[in-house]
Amino acid sequence: MRGSKNISRYNRWGYIFLIPFIVIFIVFQLIPLGTTIYNSFFEHYFANGGITEIGPKFVGLQNFGTLFSDGRVLTCFKNTMIMWILGFIPQIIVSLLLAAWFSDPSLRLKGQPFFKTVIYLPNLIMASAFAMLFFTLFSDFGPINSMLTKIGLISSPIKFTSTVMGTRGLVAFMNFLMWFGNTTILLLAGMLGIDTSLYEAAEVDGATSSQVFFRITLPILRPILIYVLITSLIGGLQMFDVPQILTSGAGGPIVDGKKTSQTLIMLLNDHLFSKNYGMAGALSVVLFIITSLLSFLVFKMTKSNDEYK
Amino acid sequence: MPKKERGINVGARRTISYVVLVFFTILCLFWFYVLFINATRSHSELATGFTMIPSTHAIDNLNNVLHDTIPIFYGLLNSLIVSFCTCILCTYFSTMTAFAIHAYEYKLKKFIFGFILAIMMIPTQVTALGFIQLIRKMNLMQSFIPLIVPSIASPIVFFYMKQYMESALPQELLEAARIDGAGELRIFNTIALPLMKPAIAVQAIFSFVGAWNNYFTPSLILTKNDKKKTLPILIAKLRSADFAKFDMGKVYMMITLSILPVIIVYLLMSRYIVGGVAVGAVKG
Repeated sequence: MRGSKNISRYNRWGYIFLIPFIVIFIVFQLIPLGTTIYNSFFEHYFANGGITEIGPKFVGLQNFGTLFSDGRVLTCFKNTMIMWILGFIPQIIVSLLLAAWFSDPSLRLKGQPFFKTVIYLPNLIMASAFAMLFFTLFSDFGPINSMLTKIGLISSPIKFTSTVMGTRGLVAFMNFLMWFGNTTILLLAGMLGIDTSLYEAAEVDGATSSQVFFRITLPILRPILIYVLITSLIGGLQMFDVPQILTSGAGGPIVDGKKTSQTLIMLLNDHLFSKNYGMAGALSVVLFIITSLLSFLVFKMTKSNDEYK
Repeated sequence: MPKKERGINVGARRTISYVVLVFFTILCLFWFYVLFINATRSHSELATGFTMIPSTHAIDNLNNVLHDTIPIFYGLLNSLIVSFCTCILCTYFSTMTAFAIHAYEYKLKKFIFGFILAIMMIPTQVTALGFIQLIRKMNLMQSFIPLIVPSIASPIVFFYMKQYMESALPQELLEAARIDGAGELRIFNTIALPLMKPAIAVQAIFSFVGAWNNYFTPSLILTKNDKKKTLPILIAKLRSADFAKFDMGKVYMMITLSILPVIIVYLLMSRYIVGGVAVGAVKG
């Protein structure tokens, strides 16, 4: 069949069908990536409240030096990581637990579709509206404080939205709520793929359910766990909507002159709005490099999985 | 508690799992319950603290939202337009791209497939600077086009379609159509697309919801006229405006309006969505 005239004629359509994707990708992603990198080598911003334009002047790698010496990037990186970890740890523990239960044949849990539907729901909620909702619910005189007071758990309102722990905790909690259902379903798919004869053998040998979980399930799940970890980290680095709305873009509260809940993308957003193209470019390039390295790991894993088949 | 792990019988473990599952169900739904209750209460009722029973002011609140300076109904309409167009373009062209990789043999195929996989995880935020500069040069600021058209190149949707195609679209079927003399574009539109319906349905929902919820890019593009803004930007405005002065009943109603459509669509289609997440996950 190969080499026949007919075949080569229609195989041309492979290229034709790729045109929309490739054209749109080049115009709206590749060219912007190029100009973003280009911008990072120039000093270019607006002073005096946006009236005086400074630059563009070629400065080499100076923007990257400024980026790391002024400390804001490191603060934002720290904030982003703290809020990500605070949300990720409970997320992975709860997801492992729920997925193990859902997939355990001896438990035969009923209503699984209902529970899966409910725990996945927060993932689809508009993050900005969800953050706005939490801001109103957890405000000093909002419903949560009023409930806690009524039950008698607290005597004066907890200041969720104006303390460091409160704000970071709320962001992490929202991230947890939005993502644990998704992670549960991912892990569950992995667990259901495990050969049941392994479990049967373990049962014959008299293993307890926790032994089965730690000795069989976890080691086999390792690739999926790493996949979940890296994709969640990439997602975590993009954290924006929730802290932005919750703190009205301020990234507060401010402690020792440092913003305690500003994330990297919030900083990028600030630079974009104040038209500091040089710094926005440099920050974008750094984020691009980090996410590229991380996604390269995911890519490797996806590819090696492909080769299995 | 029985002596050791081994002693815990299935019945006890089942009870524990149900209790924990019910706890997380409540943890997920509680906020929305409070939201919907509060959307039916007036500002003065809200000031008296929380109750579990809905009140009678839903229509008043809706009326107040309608006449507010924040044009939430324009926001709903704009979000609907952007999300609907995004959803159509994204699913149609992602399926087409997947078809190009799945159905044909050519030199660059492997390279292009690998390339799309490699860029799959790179977030749009890192190219945002170049993107706005480009949009400004194209004179498309304040327009919906830069929010809709780029979705034609969606690597993640493409990847899902490609995975699904492997099981849903046998080459023999395409061969048969070719023998019958059908053109390639016709084969795609009349044979491949209908067979891909289940996958398209799943991705249509995801791309619609993704566009509906998107805040970062629209807030950079739609900066001037409030009546041209999408919902997330207006919600953000709600937060940055002088919050204390707001009629809280109205605030809750606005939030309700922006998330209720997604909740309704989700509950109608949840079977497919949850299944769809799992299909994407078998990879990984």
